[in-house]
Amino acid sequence: MTTWHWLYAAAPPYRWRFVARVLFKTALLFVALNLLCVAVNPLPTLGRLSAYNRLFAGRPRLPYGENPAVAYNLSLFQLEAMFAAHEVARPPRGDEFRVVLIGDSSVWGILLRPEETLAGQLNAAGLRTADGRRVRIYNLGYPTMSLTKDLLLLDYARRYQPDLIVWLFTLESFDQRAQLDPALLQHNPEPVRRLIVRYGLAQRTDDPRFVSLSWRDKTLIGRRRALADLLRLQLYGVPWAVTGIDQEYRDDYTPRAVDLPADRTWHGLTEDLFTPADLVFDVLRAGVTLAGDTPILLVNEPMLISRGANSDIRYNSFYPRWAYDAYRQWLHQESERQGWALLDLWDALPDAACYTDSAVHLTPVCAGQLAASLGPEIVRLASSAAGEGERSHGRQ
Amino acid sequence: MSLTHILVFAVLILLTTITLPVRWRQWALFVGSVLAIYWLQPALTIRRLDFLFPTATLALVVAGWLATRAPGQAVTRADRLAALLIAALVLVLSFGRYLVPAYRLTPSAPPPVLPVALGLAGAGVVLLALSRVRDNWLRLALTVGVLALFAVLKTEALGTAASRLLRSWQGQTTQLARADELSWLGFSYVVFRLLHTLRDRQTGQLPALTLREYITYAIFFPAFTAGPIDRAERFLNDLRALPPLDATRFVHGGMRLAVGIGKKFVIADSLALLALNVTNAQQAQSAAGLWVLLYAYAFQLYFDFSGYTDIAIGLGQWCGIRLPENFSQPYLKRNITVFWQSWHITLSQWVRSYVFLPLSRTLLTRPRKPSPTVLALIGQLATMLAIGLWHGVTWGFVVWGLWHGVGLFVHKVYSDRTRPYYLRLRQHPRLGRAVEVAGIALTFHFVVLGWVWFALPDLAISWDVFVRLWRW
Repeated sequence: MTTWHWLYAAAPPYRWRFVARVLFKTALLFVALNLLCVAVNPLPTLGRLSAYNRLFAGRPRLPYGENPAVAYNLSLFQLEAMFAAHEVARPPRGDEFRVVLIGDSSVWGILLRPEETLAGQLNAAGLRTADGRRVRIYNLGYPTMSLTKDLLLLDYARRYQPDLIVWLFTLESFDQRAQLDPALLQHNPEPVRRLIVRYGLAQRTDDPRFVSLSWRDKTLIGRRRALADLLRLQLYGVPWAVTGIDQEYRDDYTPRAVDLPADRTWHGLTEDLFTPADLVFDVLRAGVTLAGDTPILLVNEPMLISRGANSDIRYNSFYPRWAYDAYRQWLHQESERQGWALLDLWDALPDAACYTDSAVHLTPVCAGQLAASLGPEIVRLASSAAGEGERSHGRQ
Repeated sequence: MSLTHILVFAVLILLTTITLPVRWRQWALFVGSVLAIYWLQPALTIRRLDFLFPTATLALVVAGWLATRAPGQAVTRADRLAALLIAALVLVLSFGRYLVPAYRLTPSAPPPVLPVALGLAGAGVVLLALSRVRDNWLRLALTVGVLALFAVLKTEALGTAASRLLRSWQGQTTQLARADELSWLGFSYVVFRLLHTLRDRQTGQLPALTLREYITYAIFFPAFTAGPIDRAERFLNDLRALPPLDATRFVHGGMRLAVGIGKKFVIADSLALLALNVTNAQQAQSAAGLWVLLYAYAFQLYFDFSGYTDIAIGLGQWCGIRLPENFSQPYLKRNITVFWQSWHITLSQWVRSYVFLPLSRTLLTRPRKPSPTVLALIGQLATMLAIGLWHGVTWGFVVWGLWHGVGLFVHKVYSDRTRPYYLRLRQHPRLGRAVEVAGIALTFHFVVLGWVWFALPDLAISWDVFVRLWRW
C-alpha cells in the first residue's frame, strides 16, 4: 500500500486475512505508543508547542478557569503549557525592564479585566526606569493561597529573565498545613519535591497529597485528560483573542463579609498556640534565595479592615486580629533580619468599598490606587537595579 | 449519539451480523431500532416525557404503516407478530422503573407498568379503528396531524404552551415551561420518512411493506438522529437481501465509522469551543474576530453533521444497508446550486421531490402560467423556506431560507445569461481555473454569511453581527 487510496476508493475485495493484519498492526502501534508515553512523558514538550504568542497574543495572566465555556480559559496542571500561553514567554523587547508579579488571586485579578488588574494598571501608568527603559509588568499571580505555589511559579518565571520580582502575599498564604493544598502543586510533585529538597523546606517530600501516577496513568490513555487540556487551552485562545475575556465575570457574586462571626481562631489555632513555626517563612527565604541577583520586592498586600459586627475580634473573614498582628510583627522581624525590601500595605485600602467577593479581591478603582502606591517603589528598585546592571556591565 | 452508543451499536451489529441468518437479522434490526430510540432519547425535565416521546414515535410509525399499506394488502401473521413484539418491548422497558438507573435503557424511570399496559391496549384499539378508516382520509389526517405536531415542536410559542400543558398534566410547575423542553429525538427525520411514504402511496410509487419493514425503515437506528433520509423502496431492496458481512464491507464500514468519529468527536467538538454563538458574537471586539468565529461555526457544522452521516453510513454498511450519501465536499463547490446538490443531499432531494416539483407543476397547470423566471423565483424561495422552517419556525431560519432562495435564483438567472461565456472559457484552462477558484470562494462566503442567520437565535443579534462583519 503506497497510497491512501484504499481508504476511500472502491478497492478489490479485501480478505479477512488483510483485516486481521490491519487490526494486528493497529493494536501493535497502539500498544507501542502507550508504552512510549510511559517511558517518555510527552506533556512538557507538547506544552511548549503553543499557539499563543505566535498565532494570537499571549494571555496576560496564567490560565485558570472553572467554567471554560464562559471564561474561554481553563485550569490545567501543565506548567510548561501555562507559561507558554502567557505573554511572558514572548522574547523581551530591546528597552524592556521585565517585572514579574507573583501572588494569589488578588494579583491574578478575580473579577477584574486584564487591564484592571494591578499588573494592567501598572503597565497603563507607563513606568520607566531612571535610564529610560520601559518597565513592563507581567502578571504571574495564580488564584490559590500558598507561598509554596508562589515559589514554584517563581522557579519557572526565572526562565523568562525578570529584572525585578514583586511578590505579594497575605497571612493566608503562610499557613504551614495548607501549603500543598493547591491542585497545581499536587499534580506537579517532582518540581515541588526538588524545591523542598534544594531549600530544606519543612514540607514532606512524601506528603500523601502529592498525586502519584501508576504506570496506567502514564499511558496515552491515562494521560488523555491532560492531552485534551493542552488542546483545549490552544482552542480557547481563539475566543480569548477575539473577545479579550479570560474569566467568568459574574455580577451576582456574594460580596465580602463585613459583619463577621465571633470566631477567635485562625485555622483552628488559638492565640496561645500560635508560633512563627506555623508560618512558612522558610519558603519566603527560599524565594529570595532563588531570585539570586534579581532584586525582589516583598509586599504584604492590602486587605479589608472591617467595621461591622465583631470587627473588634477580627479584621475580616480571613483573620482574627491577634493572628494577623502577630504575623505582621514576625514578618517585619524576619525582613529586618534578612535585609529584605518589604512594603507593608496591609492597611493601605481598608474600606469595604474597595473589595468585591473577598477581603483581598480589589475593585478596579482600588487596584488602581494600589498600583499608584506600588509604582514609585517599583521604579525606584528598577532604576537602582538598572544602575547596578550597568555598573556590573562596566566592570566587565 | 455518544461514543458509548456508537461502540455498543457497532459491537451488537457485528455480533448479530456474524451469528444470525438473514431472516433473523431483519428481526434483529427491527428490535434493535425499537430499543435504540428509547436508549438514544435524552432525559427531559418533564416527567415521563422521555418515555412517551419514543412510544409516540412508534405509534405514529404504526399509524403511518396502516395509512400506506398497498391496496388490498392484508394484515399478515408477521405484521401481528411485529405489533405484538413492539407492545412487549415497550412493556418490558417499563419494568425498568424497578431497576437501578445503570441497568435502565430509558434515561429516567419509565411510567408504572399498569398505565403503560393500558396505554398500549388503548393505542391498539385506536390503531385497529384507524385501520378501518378509508386510506385517503387516514393519509390526509396523518399528514395534517404530523405537520401540526411538527409546528408545535418547532414554534417557540406553541412549544411553550405545549410544555405548560404537559407540565400541568404531570403536576409540575408551569412557571418553568420552555419550548426546548420538548426535545423529541429523531422526530424531524421520522416526519420526512412518514410524509414521503404517505405521498408515495398516494401516487402509487410506494412498494408494499410489512409492518416490520416499515418500522425498521422509519426508525433505522444508525440514521435515526441525524439522517440521511433514505427512500423506502431503496432501503427495502437492501433490507430484503441483507448480505453477509465480508471483509470489504467490514473495511469500508469501519473506515466510514472511524472517519465519522474523528470528524464529529475530534474536529467538530473542538471547533465547537470557538464557533460563533449568541454570547461570543456579542463579545467579539473586531470584525476579523467575528469572521474567525463564523468560519469556525461553518466548519463545526459541516464536520459535525457529515461526521454523523459517516457514522450512520458506516454502521449501515455493517448492517448490510447502504444509506445514501449526504455530503460531497460542499464547501468546494463553484456555485450555490451545486452547493445545494452536495450539502444535506437527501434533504435537498426530499424537498425537491415533495415541495419544488409539486409546486412547479401546480403553477404550470394554472390558466395563467408564470414566466420561467417567476416560476424559478417562487420555486426556489418556497423550497428554501421549507428547509429553513424545518429547522425551526423562527425569523432567523426564515431569513436563512430566503437568503439561499434568492442566492439560487440569482445564480440561475446569472448562469442562464452567461452560459455562452462559460462555454468559451473552456478554451482558456488557466482563466477557467481562476474563475472556478473565485466561484468557490464566493460560494463559500455566501454560505458562511448565511450561517449568521442560522446560528443566532435572535434576528436583531444576527443583523448586528452581519453589519459588524464589514466594520473594519
